[in-house]
Amino acid sequence: MKIADRVQQIPPSGIRKFFEIAEEMDDVISLGVGEPDFTAPWAAREAAIESLKDGKTSYTANRGMRELREAIAKRVSVQYDFTYDPDTEVLVTAGASEALDVAFRALVDPGDVVAIAQPSYISYVPGVTFAGGEPLPVPTHEEDDFKLTREVLEANGVADADLLVLCYPNNPTGAIMTESELAEVAAFVREHDLTVLSDEIYADLTYGEEHTSIATFEGLRERTVVFNGFSKAYAMTGLRLGYALAPAKTIGAMNRVHQYSMLSAPTTAQYAALEALESCDGDVIEMRDQYNRRRQFVLSRFEEMGIDCFEAKGAFYVFPECPWEDTDAFAEQLLQEQSVALVPGHVFGESGTGHLRVSYATGLDDLREAMARIEAFLD
Amino acid sequence: MSTRDELLALLLENARYSTEDLARQMGADEAEVTAAIEELEASGLIRGYQAVVDWDRADRERIRALVELNVTLDRETGYDDIADRLVKFPPVKSLRLVSGDYDFALEVEGDSLREVSKFISEKVAPVPEITQTVTHYIMETYKDRGFEMGDGHDDGRLSFSP
Ligand SMILES: Cc1ncc(COP(=O)(O)O)c(C=O)c1O
Repeated sequence: MKIADRVQQIPPSGIRKFFEIAEEMDDVISLGVGEPDFTAPWAAREAAIESLKDGKTSYTANRGMRELREAIAKRVSVQYDFTYDPDTEVLVTAGASEALDVAFRALVDPGDVVAIAQPSYISYVPGVTFAGGEPLPVPTHEEDDFKLTREVLEANGVADADLLVLCYPNNPTGAIMTESELAEVAAFVREHDLTVLSDEIYADLTYGEEHTSIATFEGLRERTVVFNGFSKAYAMTGLRLGYALAPAKTIGAMNRVHQYSMLSAPTTAQYAALEALESCDGDVIEMRDQYNRRRQFVLSRFEEMGIDCFEAKGAFYVFPECPWEDTDAFAEQLLQEQSVALVPGHVFGESGTGHLRVSYATGLDDLREAMARIEAFLD
Repeated sequence: MSTRDELLALLLENARYSTEDLARQMGADEAEVTAAIEELEASGLIRGYQAVVDWDRADRERIRALVELNVTLDRETGYDDIADRLVKFPPVKSLRLVSGDYDFALEVEGDSLREVSKFISEKVAPVPEITQTVTHYIMETYKDRGFEMGDGHDDGRLSFSP
């Protein structure tokens, strides 16, 4: 059977090789996991169960349950000084992943250039390629704390791009961008009439600095699609629920793709999400506090080992420099010899080369053991 | 969160965290943490440290019972007096005065059913002020002090994920 070119063009994921090794081993402590080790808040799980008991097993409206869209809009209005209209400006999807995919397909024409701030979440480049667009990597560097700056945007030809994808707090670096830093990007975006896809799925997981959305800057709401979801902050990865916020015309276009591919997001998950928004903020804060303590633990251990590690302020990753020249060899040997799994930074784009992604979405006992094993490995 | 609350939260999560681990997580000095713990202990806010054991997994049998106690008070004896007597018995693991249909909720632990029932009938029931005891043997524990029992929490997650 013939496989479509644009699919063949995508190389298999860079973490696959390691995954295959890890599969064969027992006793692996994985710091390679990009999902919470917590279980979804009980209230959300219970709401899902109740909805099933009530027989809520049909499709919902394509855009998602009205109640949930309202709850999302209400939540957002607390953070921004404007609201999204639940009827026309909110789209509920099967994970932020689906929202991203739908956005690429709805907004990118063949040949359109989509600038992607890197290191980045691994799905953006393939997503753009599947939609027929041209991914344009925009490298950020440790010297700038992995933040996007006007110089970087200018130097990489983003002025001529059509779209710009950003993700702060960032997977894999854990970088965040403050309001003033984002303002600079917003100005650039306005000047060059770009569309922004802002993945804010880690928005609730920041340590010290409050999250700012780029959509809140003057003139940006009209040109930005915001992505969010319940996977990270609410530890609901398996429920597959996310959403997009954008002006009505954009959401309408995205919904046109969504309604033919997904019809509607999982109904059970929508009930869980509604409950999560209504009653699970305490759980989010508790999980965030635990992440923060682990973050401090991991950062201080790397410092002790003399491994240079940028002080991540968001998500649940740190992105230390790899002590060896050859990051793949380091990751592979560490896995083979010490059964500790982590991800080479280049998987997230060339600018991640020479780094490692270390997830602290793992209990402290395992983290402590993993760090001890890394230390032993370095000796 | 204050340092004290943060420390308490961590110790409630795992009382075996070393001071070093506690300090790292809190971004504090070890000396500070040691001092804070000493203060918590000295002030009596922390009363002790214990393991949470899933006895269903042990070879050794462990019997637990919840006992409802009804009492009558007179001029000389109050709840505290009765409690003072009961807390002295080692098999008594917890004792609480509660509102509702009965007065005290008592938790008793022993090595066998016989031992537990003997203790209740010979030591608890004869206390003059106690008018009634209703014993509930614990048949299965699903959660204890915040920890879920039963099947271990196998990490079924992928060893790598995006
Ligand atoms: C930056 C980023 N965006 C999106 C996703 C996917 O989220 P969801 O589970 O909502 O599809 C992830 C998951 O790792 C992520 O890290």
